[in-house]
Amino acid sequence: MNHALILPILLPLLTGAGQLLFYRAPFALQRLLGFASTAWLVLMGIWALSTAGSGDYLIYQAGDWPAPFGIVLVLDRLAAIMLALTAVLGFCCLLYASSGTDQRGAHFHALFQFQLAGLNGAFLTGDLFNLFVFFEILLIASYALLLHGGGRARSRAGLHYVIINLVGSALFLIALGTLYGLSGTLNMADLALRVAEAPPEDAPLLAAASLILLVVFGIKAAILPLLFWLPRAYSAASAPVAALFAIMTKVGIYAILRIFLLVFALGESPVAATAWGWLWPLALLTLALGGIGVLGSDSLRTLTAYLVILSVGTLLATISLGTAASLGAALFYLIHSTLMAAVFFLLADLLGQQRETGYDRFSATGPIGHRWVLGTLFFVSAIAMAGLPPFAGFVSKAWILQASLESAQGLWLWGVLLASALLVIIAASRTGSSWFWRPGDMAKPYPLERGPLTLVSIMVGLNGLLAIFGDPVMGYLELTAEQLRAPGGYIAAVLPEVGISLEEISP
Amino acid sequence: MELLYALTLGVLTTCGVYLLMRARTFTVILGLTLLSHAVNLYLFASGRLVAGAPAIVGLSQRSADPLPQALVLTAIVIGFAMTAFVVVLALKAAVELRNDHVDGENPEEDRA
Repeated sequence: MNHALILPILLPLLTGAGQLLFYRAPFALQRLLGFASTAWLVLMGIWALSTAGSGDYLIYQAGDWPAPFGIVLVLDRLAAIMLALTAVLGFCCLLYASSGTDQRGAHFHALFQFQLAGLNGAFLTGDLFNLFVFFEILLIASYALLLHGGGRARSRAGLHYVIINLVGSALFLIALGTLYGLSGTLNMADLALRVAEAPPEDAPLLAAASLILLVVFGIKAAILPLLFWLPRAYSAASAPVAALFAIMTKVGIYAILRIFLLVFALGESPVAATAWGWLWPLALLTLALGGIGVLGSDSLRTLTAYLVILSVGTLLATISLGTAASLGAALFYLIHSTLMAAVFFLLADLLGQQRETGYDRFSATGPIGHRWVLGTLFFVSAIAMAGLPPFAGFVSKAWILQASLESAQGLWLWGVLLASALLVIIAASRTGSSWFWRPGDMAKPYPLERGPLTLVSIMVGLNGLLAIFGDPVMGYLELTAEQLRAPGGYIAAVLPEVGISLEEISP
Repeated sequence: MELLYALTLGVLTTCGVYLLMRARTFTVILGLTLLSHAVNLYLFASGRLVAGAPAIVGLSQRSADPLPQALVLTAIVIGFAMTAFVVVLALKAAVELRNDHVDGENPEEDRA
């Protein structure tokens, strides 16, 4: 058994605990520990990508208890992609936070590590109750990170965020109780088999449990009726925290992929069919609302929060088309949109600090310092965000549109996606012209910190690299989509003694 | 026993959901607590209700399912921590915003 697989969870957990223990030690030491741990996670992410790339599943049985009795960690291609993405994003956010944000409250670095531990655990676990536990770990770290720095706006947003997530946790437990009561197991692979063999009279209860889970993941991912906490929470958080939260909605998407393409996907009439039926219209409406919200927002941070909603809508609509090509395209868009949402949250802070009045609010029209440098950066990032060539957004959107042509519903996606993209371009160009074009130069600009500026430029550069190396990335993602559509392989890896046919499923 | 158990669950959930809809943070937290009690009882019942059976195989003829008990323990610990956190957060918000409305401002009071 390869013990390396538990490191992405243990390492940040122990680092965070150490940072709590030695919080009286010099602050530089805490920072250094955080950097070392997160850099190691980036290396682990690369290792995970190459290990899972062979197409095998890597299984870790905690305490050597065989599944379905013990808790298993499973590394497949999807989990590897999420691990690597989280690590890279976390490293960038930590670098940005070290320009001063981390000193505005206590224990930033420890909370950051706990957040990473929760995220990595949620991506790796193969047990439904364990998924709940890791959700709680990442949530309680995120509650405290959201409040980092203090202030009235954060307290207000934090209260809503905490209460809605606590209700979500209660619903999660209700769904788990129902599933356990019906099937007697919580191991995802085992559950998939038992759900497929369940007697027909259990079908309504199973469908109810699956829909409750959809609500829970919908709260995390911010699908339409459950997303109204997001703009306020994300725009109130400090910049590096909001940038890290760009991955939090993707945890919901990951859970939807994992549960509805594995646990409820088998059998003659899969339970997941009901949930997929709901997901498609809701995703399109979320996408449309994201576009309208982008145009109607009053500050760059709120605009970015609506961009996150827009990306969730796009992702779920593409996923619910259900073909291998659409799954691959959705994963490409997931990587691109997470990176760009983070870039925009950091940009809002970077630009806001240089403006004479109003921070990042659109109502203020004062001049901005260093407008050539910052203006160029904003222009390039806006191009990357809106999905214009030569950046990854263009590749991913072209792939999504191409993939959606295969199904009859796809034309709806064309209309809504392109209309929203137009709204994003209008909103971005309005911001650009009113911030950089109209007001004159500032007489005495504030000093420009080079570190954060370089970091954000590098993150935009990463997005460009994603487009340049689009071909190998797309190849990897296509294989990931195929792996997701054949859950038999996952089950056979976790429960080797059970014979299972390795046929494909379609949502 | 099943009927009494189910009724208790129903009453707890109803009260919890009703209190959740209130506008003051204190009642909302009470609602969350009641809801989490209901959820814990529900989880416990998912291993079937049996009386007088230990959760260890071989001690008596019948044995209770130990897994839901472990799940409930975990859920209680997490729920307890979360409740403590949300109480502190509500206090902080009440001090900073000078009222205990869940939205941080009370439209009627502010207008007056």
